[in-house]
Amino acid sequence: MKKETSISKASATKGYLTGKEIRAIAKANKREINRLEKYKNRRAKLSEFTSEMKNDGNILEIEDLHTYFFTEQGVVKAVNGVSFDVPKNATVGIVGESGCGKSVTSMSVMRLIQGPQGQIYSGSIRFSGAGDNEVYDIAKMPVHEIHRIRGKQIAMIFQEPMTSLNPVFTIGQQLDEVSFIHFPDVTEDDARAKSMEMLNLVGIAMPERVYKAFPHELSGGMRQRVMIAMALVGNPRLIIADEPTTALDVTIQAQILDLLRELKDKIDGSILLITHDLGIIAEMADYVVVMYAGRVIEKGTVEEIFHNPMHPYTIGLQRSKPTLDSDSDTLFNIPGNVPNPINMPDHCYFKERCDRCTAKCSGDYPDMIQVSPTHFVACHLWGKEEQNG
Amino acid sequence: MAKENNCSFAGSEYILEVEHLRKCFPLKKTLTGKVTSELVAVDDVSFRLKAGETLGIVGESGCGKTTLGRTILKLHEANGGRIIFDGRDITSLKSSEMRELRRQMQIIFQDPYSSLPPRSTVGGILSEPVSVHKIVPKEQIKDYVLTLMDKCGLRDYYYERYPHEFSGGQRQRICIARALSVNPKLVVCDEPVSALDVSIQAQIINLLKKLQEEMNLTYLFISHDLSVVKFISDKIGVMYLGNIVEYGDKKDIFARPLHPYTKALFSAIPYPDPAVKMNRMVLKGDIPSPANPPKGCRFHTRCPYAKPICAEVTPEYKEHETGHFAACHLLEE
Repeated sequence: MKKETSISKASATKGYLTGKEIRAIAKANKREINRLEKYKNRRAKLSEFTSEMKNDGNILEIEDLHTYFFTEQGVVKAVNGVSFDVPKNATVGIVGESGCGKSVTSMSVMRLIQGPQGQIYSGSIRFSGAGDNEVYDIAKMPVHEIHRIRGKQIAMIFQEPMTSLNPVFTIGQQLDEVSFIHFPDVTEDDARAKSMEMLNLVGIAMPERVYKAFPHELSGGMRQRVMIAMALVGNPRLIIADEPTTALDVTIQAQILDLLRELKDKIDGSILLITHDLGIIAEMADYVVVMYAGRVIEKGTVEEIFHNPMHPYTIGLQRSKPTLDSDSDTLFNIPGNVPNPINMPDHCYFKERCDRCTAKCSGDYPDMIQVSPTHFVACHLWGKEEQNG
Repeated sequence: MAKENNCSFAGSEYILEVEHLRKCFPLKKTLTGKVTSELVAVDDVSFRLKAGETLGIVGESGCGKTTLGRTILKLHEANGGRIIFDGRDITSLKSSEMRELRRQMQIIFQDPYSSLPPRSTVGGILSEPVSVHKIVPKEQIKDYVLTLMDKCGLRDYYYERYPHEFSGGQRQRICIARALSVNPKLVVCDEPVSALDVSIQAQIINLLKKLQEEMNLTYLFISHDLSVVKFISDKIGVMYLGNIVEYGDKKDIFARPLHPYTKALFSAIPYPDPAVKMNRMVLKGDIPSPANPPKGCRFHTRCPYAKPICAEVTPEYKEHETGHFAACHLLEE
């Protein structure tokens, strides 16, 4: 790893890679990928991938998670030391721009990272909702054990309902399949009854008809409801919703958000909601995690993040969103772009775009600073104050 | 007929007038080519737009807002109604006659990833319209393009680069520069910011506003995002299933929305403040298929205030307050 970072830094000043450097990167990648793939496919005893929760009130604890993509140009640290908790019966929202690692974080929790290039490099993801009093460390689980949890106690709703349903099977077949996989002794009638119940639960008016329909016969909103029904079949404790309403119209979006809010109480579980829309976060979430370039830059309760934002990026994000009752003539905008994910600098990633930059920002990447029991921020502006006071 | 119109509208203060515009797409044809069923994408749309103003068109997907923009530019042939651009009826112009007018009306597309040719450099993309329309002499083209790039926030060394080297926001700037390279009067912006991130969105919207002031542009701004439309527009038109259901000044529409659909649209937007709890009006059901729209008022299937008359008679689109038009039976009382 060390050798590689020195190479990529040299190439950053040059602006291109020589053949020698490319070969060195490929060699280093191959070594790392082989090691991680071997670790993923190993046979392991239960004790090797069970752990203890830090706080019993949490259903999911992510600690110092690193998910890397080993590409030909170098290592993309898509998730670079992310830590946050999801408490029981709470909605946690992850907000950030495209490419900030919010989807990769959720995919890591589901262990759906596209291998062999994409790998969970280190860190732990502890999940306590499996129903057998065990705390599983998802990051350390071997591949063949993951079905204990995935799709059952942790379910996922994807962004594009058009592409996440299989076009050649009916809705009913696809819903029943979930029961057959996760509950081996279920009969066909039971599976059907369960699917019907879930279709009813998500507010589909004619479940009989939808059960027999193919995905193309349904509208976008209906398809998203079917996706939610499918997530609910396994009786999940945690639902990960990755931009569940981005592909939908505003009036349909309002329906789906209402539905998710109702369901959270009905299934007595937690929701991890990923979105780029601050409005949805404000409305749905209890806790907010703000991500930028693969790192958490600020996290706290929804009131703290919206009423007392501390990181310049969070403030900029909120000011750059036009609202219905603002009357100003120009929108605030954050200059520049998100930095290239390969060859990230050592200093704060937001430095080039920040308008409150100080000399200290050229130093090391800022540590997470605790502002209140729930509010954390990674910015030098606030660290100094704390040291002085 | 056409000549008469040219006379009567010359010197009018409106740069764009659209009267009873209608656009249908055939769904089924008989063997002889006769259309047996059709989809009415834009039905009886009328509005006027002054030079230097921005009209925002909002509506859900499938309501015909993109078709409206394209029909006005004559990228689709209209099936009825009239389009008057700068005092001239362009509805029945041939494509060869349109060529000169194309210089004055341009479009910015939604997806900056697919609307730039991958094999041309930025310089090539921006010089082509300039040389085709002979905006400046050949030897000045490069200087002209470089000043244009500077105006749109593109660095001069991007001239030799290819589109794939840029991020979404930069590509959208290239698209804007390309549209403005021929000094147009009217620019149709078809969802120019919906494919971009929030912080980049703000940059592009500010750029569009700045350019409008500098070049006295008229925008037809199509978007599904009400907060963006509110920010950039002077007038707003709300579309539902091919009809404009409400039209008026931005201030009037936001202060006193008349049509129930507009009210529902406003209340559906999530508000970025957790302390504000909205009393939301959630519409039931989906938008009906435009191939088979409901009879009477097209919104009656989802309208919470629908009355028996709504299912039978199409409400008249008329002026309820000065400059504030709407089509709804509830306003008749």
